Amino acid sequence: MMWTLPILVILGCALSSVPLGRYMAWAMNSRGPGLPCRLDAMVARVGGSRCGEDQRWHRYAMSMLVFNAVMFTVVFVILTAQAWLPFNPDAKGNMPADLAYNTAASFTSNTNLQHYSGEQHLSYFSQLFAIMWLQFVSAATGIAGLTALCRGLAGRSALGNFYRDLARATVLVLLPLAAVVAIGLVLCGTPMTLQGSAVATTLEGLTQTISRGPVAAVVAIKQIGTNGGGYFGPNSTHPFENPSLLSNIIENASIILLPMAAVWMFGRIVGSWKQAAVVFAVMGVLYAGLVGTSVITEQAPTAALAGLPVQDAMNLEGKELRFGSSAGALWAISTTATSNGSVNAMHDSLNPLTGMMPMIGMWLNVAFGGVGVGFINMFLYIITGVFIAGMMVGRTPEYLGKKIEAREMKLALLALLAHPLFILGGIAIFAATPWGAATVQEPGPHGLSEIIYEFSSAAANNGSGFEGLGDNTPPWNIATGTVMLLARFIPIILPLAIAGSLASKERLAESAGTFRTDGVLFGVILTGVVLIVGALLFLPLGVLGPIAEHLAVSGGSAGPR
Amino acid sequence: MLADLIASLRIALASILVCVVGYAGALLGAASLLAPESRLGRLLEIDAQVVGARDLAQAFTRPEYIWPRPSAVDYAADATGGSNLSPANPQIRERAEPLLEALGATPENPAPAELVLASGSGLDPHITEAAAIFQADRVARARGVTPGVIREAIEARARPIGPGDPARVVNVLLLNIDLDRIAPAGD
Repeated sequence: MMWTLPILVILGCALSSVPLGRYMAWAMNSRGPGLPCRLDAMVARVGGSRCGEDQRWHRYAMSMLVFNAVMFTVVFVILTAQAWLPFNPDAKGNMPADLAYNTAASFTSNTNLQHYSGEQHLSYFSQLFAIMWLQFVSAATGIAGLTALCRGLAGRSALGNFYRDLARATVLVLLPLAAVVAIGLVLCGTPMTLQGSAVATTLEGLTQTISRGPVAAVVAIKQIGTNGGGYFGPNSTHPFENPSLLSNIIENASIILLPMAAVWMFGRIVGSWKQAAVVFAVMGVLYAGLVGTSVITEQAPTAALAGLPVQDAMNLEGKELRFGSSAGALWAISTTATSNGSVNAMHDSLNPLTGMMPMIGMWLNVAFGGVGVGFINMFLYIITGVFIAGMMVGRTPEYLGKKIEAREMKLALLALLAHPLFILGGIAIFAATPWGAATVQEPGPHGLSEIIYEFSSAAANNGSGFEGLGDNTPPWNIATGTVMLLARFIPIILPLAIAGSLASKERLAESAGTFRTDGVLFGVILTGVVLIVGALLFLPLGVLGPIAEHLAVSGGSAGPR
Repeated sequence: MLADLIASLRIALASILVCVVGYAGALLGAASLLAPESRLGRLLEIDAQVVGARDLAQAFTRPEYIWPRPSAVDYAADATGGSNLSPANPQIRERAEPLLEALGATPENPAPAELVLASGSGLDPHITEAAAIFQADRVARARGVTPGVIREAIEARARPIGPGDPARVVNVLLLNIDLDRIAPAGD
């Protein structure tokens, strides 16, 4: 029955996210004697005095930016020089500068948009020392940012220390989880070797060159850290990345586990389980709604086969049989609602209406969202929701006992509006010029969908794509590379500024006049704000792309081609 | 700024040692203990000659073999990928028509859909049991045996996808190796 897998994965992750969130709060925020503090001491010894001090928000943000600049630079150098570096058994050449810019930006920003194809363009050294390294530290940057935000909301004017948080997130959260997942994948049959390609002579006498490598290590952190950048070009559709139904369940659960747990970590640090439960419920409703819709729309048959002597079946173009009938839809939503971006079915080949659901996931970008940053995005909607609700009933808007005033609202709106600006602005430029128009695989609404998807993916720091798009061109590489960097750091830095501003305000005593943010009413308002803001900004895109294609297909014409 | 740069460089180096050298090194060690064979890609050998990987489809076009799903990359295992075509794209239809003819599909005897639809990786090793049985008569004729022999071999290779999914799938490469053993082709 097609609902077994979605229900199993979603419920299992929701349940295990609660203890994991508690653990994360301890790992990230514990100040008592124990493992986290011993790690702090090591960080201070390795990194020097800058790594020992408590930082206010602008210092914290500065450390984060400098470290991320180092990440970007190191990886750019590795990619453009990989031919001269070790662990290159299949003799891959150096990456061109525009593609290396895009790739370094993509992995620094935790996006993992890939305009290259792993098995064709990367050496083992690049896979491990560039791609996989960033998959750890970019995810850790997101968790660090969220921890700092939570501390500010809890009223601490010093948000912590970026390097300490980075090390705690990496060593105590990401490494153990990734190691467990990687071992699981190895047992499922995912390769883990430094030997070069194997060459087979097939039963019919042809030669088949079989790319392999240290796959399990990369795939594990790709999933756990909402990274999404696959070892192989077609990501987790590849039988080596994702050999079986069991590996598919492990990998799909790994996508949403940490984003879910991050919400509980917030609740624990700010000291309110109920505040976290409201946010979790809102995210859960959005996520489950998208999953349910996609599972149903994807059961429709492949439209191009209408009238041919073919048995009735769901749309199987771009899908693998071993994962079962609902796995593609479940994963498509999991990966886009969370800013992961890995795939186990080709999104370009999803039915038009199904293809719109991942876009909605990326437009909203809060249905759990990326590790750490998903909650940060939701925080912007929370501030907006509190403000709107406060205005409607004529009360001073407050959140967690702090007044929300003009400064906070300006910062929140700036961060919120950056997202549609990057998406709509980019699409407008590329749809109107040969930069985009000449690179689409199909004319008509589906081609527009390819452009829409690419900019949505870059701006949401997602990384999946409608891969029919010929996106390895200098305009695409430079434009999406820049969008990814801006869309990464603006929505981290501005909320930190809000947190810094809130932390310095006096905490108001709760009274009968306080608008409560830990109940069902606020949950409904928050859902409304997310949907209305999302719908107003992005509905026209949905109509011009996927909905137009759906109507053309179901109306019996194959569209204006 | 400078203090941050120095701290960042040191922490970056330390994190590379831990996350790349330590983590990948430990996993390479663990994999060679836990899965010494499959960590290399589960290659299949016949007479000390590598004939393919158990998990990867390869091209089969001769009548005596069961055919896998079509591949957008012609079964290249070093340049993998799907068609990325919209499900409404006429190219899918153009690709399907000659395949359906070769399979002998007719309106009275329609073919299972996956036999004309490309997978995401281009290397899906499986087809459904029904899609294998659909080809049994052709394979039996080409090998000069009764269709029952082929059906039995298919049955033996069929595995359930998993709990909650009624369909059973067959690994095409393993099945074809079986067929070569059970009923060698005339040449």
